[in-house]
Amino acid sequence: MAKLTEIRWHGRGGQGAKTAALLFGEAALSEGRYIQAFPEYGPERTGAPVQSFNRISDEPITIHCHVRSPNVVVVLDPTLIGAVDVTAGLAPDGVIIVNTELPASQIKAKLQLDGRKLYTLDASTIAKETIGRDIPNTPMLGALVRVTGLLSYETVMGDTKKKLEKKFRSRPEIIEGNLKAIERAYNEVKGVQ
Amino acid sequence: MSKVLDEPTKVAEKRGAVKTALTGNEAVAHAMRQINPDVVAAYPITPQTEIVQIYSSYVADGLVDTEYVAVESEHSAMSASIGASAAGARAMTATSSQGLALMWEMLYIAAGLRLPIVMPVTNRALSAPINIHCDHSDTMGARDAGWIHLFSENSQEAYDNTIQAIRIAEHPDVLLPVMVTMDGFIISHAMEVVEVEDDKRVGEFVGTYRPERYLLDVDHPITMGGLDFTDYYFEHRRSLAEPIFTANKRVLEVAAEFEREFGRRYGLFEEYRMDDAEYATIILGSTAGTAKVAIDDLRQAGVKAGMIKVRVFRPFPYEEIADAISECRTVAVLDRSDGLSARGGPVFGEVRNAICDRAKKPITVNYVYGLGGRDINVEMITSVYRDLQEIAATGKRALVSYLGVRE
Repeated sequence: MAKLTEIRWHGRGGQGAKTAALLFGEAALSEGRYIQAFPEYGPERTGAPVQSFNRISDEPITIHCHVRSPNVVVVLDPTLIGAVDVTAGLAPDGVIIVNTELPASQIKAKLQLDGRKLYTLDASTIAKETIGRDIPNTPMLGALVRVTGLLSYETVMGDTKKKLEKKFRSRPEIIEGNLKAIERAYNEVKGVQ
Repeated sequence: MSKVLDEPTKVAEKRGAVKTALTGNEAVAHAMRQINPDVVAAYPITPQTEIVQIYSSYVADGLVDTEYVAVESEHSAMSASIGASAAGARAMTATSSQGLALMWEMLYIAAGLRLPIVMPVTNRALSAPINIHCDHSDTMGARDAGWIHLFSENSQEAYDNTIQAIRIAEHPDVLLPVMVTMDGFIISHAMEVVEVEDDKRVGEFVGTYRPERYLLDVDHPITMGGLDFTDYYFEHRRSLAEPIFTANKRVLEVAAEFEREFGRRYGLFEEYRMDDAEYATIILGSTAGTAKVAIDDLRQAGVKAGMIKVRVFRPFPYEEIADAISECRTVAVLDRSDGLSARGGPVFGEVRNAICDRAKKPITVNYVYGLGGRDINVEMITSVYRDLQEIAATGKRALVSYLGVRE
């Protein structure tokens, strides 16, 4: 990976693309890295295509322009493929991780991969089974950690737990569900050699 | 991966600073909590909303002693801040764009009454057309109101500037209101790493506000905001100009004290790789950070590129900036607002004013960029340096250009 890694999250309003970027950013900070996490602010509304971004580096990050050529793309909603150019600007050695129940070969046929690597995960099913709702952001976070190796699994689990404990103090089942989702995603993501 | 701490981080942790992931708005709300002003009167407006929303939760949670006044408009926000400050309180507010525009007449009154109100402003474009994203049109319009303007490159600087602004504003030789800006969304809504200092240390740094004259001092009754006709108005406005002449000396004193206490260095502007620079840009706000990446790349390629990042826009450091660019061949001033003067943006005017009487001065050009949040990236800034090299070689220039616009 390059010194500065850029990540673009694609989702639909309500799926937690912004939260995923924030969780990933905070976990990276707890490993002593420098980070940015920011959503794209447009006419965001439930169901509309949205994007969010991460930058992560071992050195302070001064750049403040849009992310145009990410190293990693994460697609939270498979129906975005075809509607949004999810591989736009993706680096030649970049990777794309897609939430889908379909086999990778079917997704591959719909994407202009040009040698870039595809990983898939049935994050929606994991989310429904662990969290009880189709909120695929935390499982996709687990897949991202596994695929890129940018952060340690333990850091992400620990930091996400801390973050969720603040937000869902009175609902431990949500915390447990999300952590279980990350764990399953980490083990179930397909395409890892 | 293990947690590796670099030397500055260890020093920072020792004094109680914590590296925290915060947006610009969150960082400024933290600074305000640590300042713990007597009165905050504010009205929400995108992209400033989070500052006052978070601050009102601090008030509700009892984390601060502030009297929070939920007003019905920005005009009232500034009016209530003026009233509180005149009464003897440490008063703060925050706004953006149309909100700042609605404060207009009260901005001049805050300065004219010499009230040290501190106001974070999350920079946003002015209507029309309506737009919520960043440019500097809002605060540039308030440049002649008698306020001190501190610009911030990132969340850390917005946090640090807010803390320093209290000391600058309340200095007995200054007693002027200060606005602290950060770029809307680009900084206000982007999470990055901020060193948040210890509450107690910040509290000690800003100290307790003890005004010399205030309305609630019943033993020494005074009038504020009286009527001046042709007899004294001119003298009062003349006396308002006086602290402006010397304010930057105080800005530097506060910066030196801040550095001793918290380790981060501030000046009137930052010089980035200016030592032997032949081609320079002058930039305000977050774009300066992106320019640093462009400059590092250009230096690798052998181009002597540098940058001045203006921190204090008012009072503008005319002589210091003229000195800093005197050895450059060509200089581009990047304005994130259009003065609509047919002669470039407001920063360009200031820089031209600064160098006008100098015998040795660079060729200058102006780029108006980034209006309404239009992205400015490394390639665009690099293209400016290519232009600067071309101008130095040929002597031919376009005085004012629009960077990144579709024409």
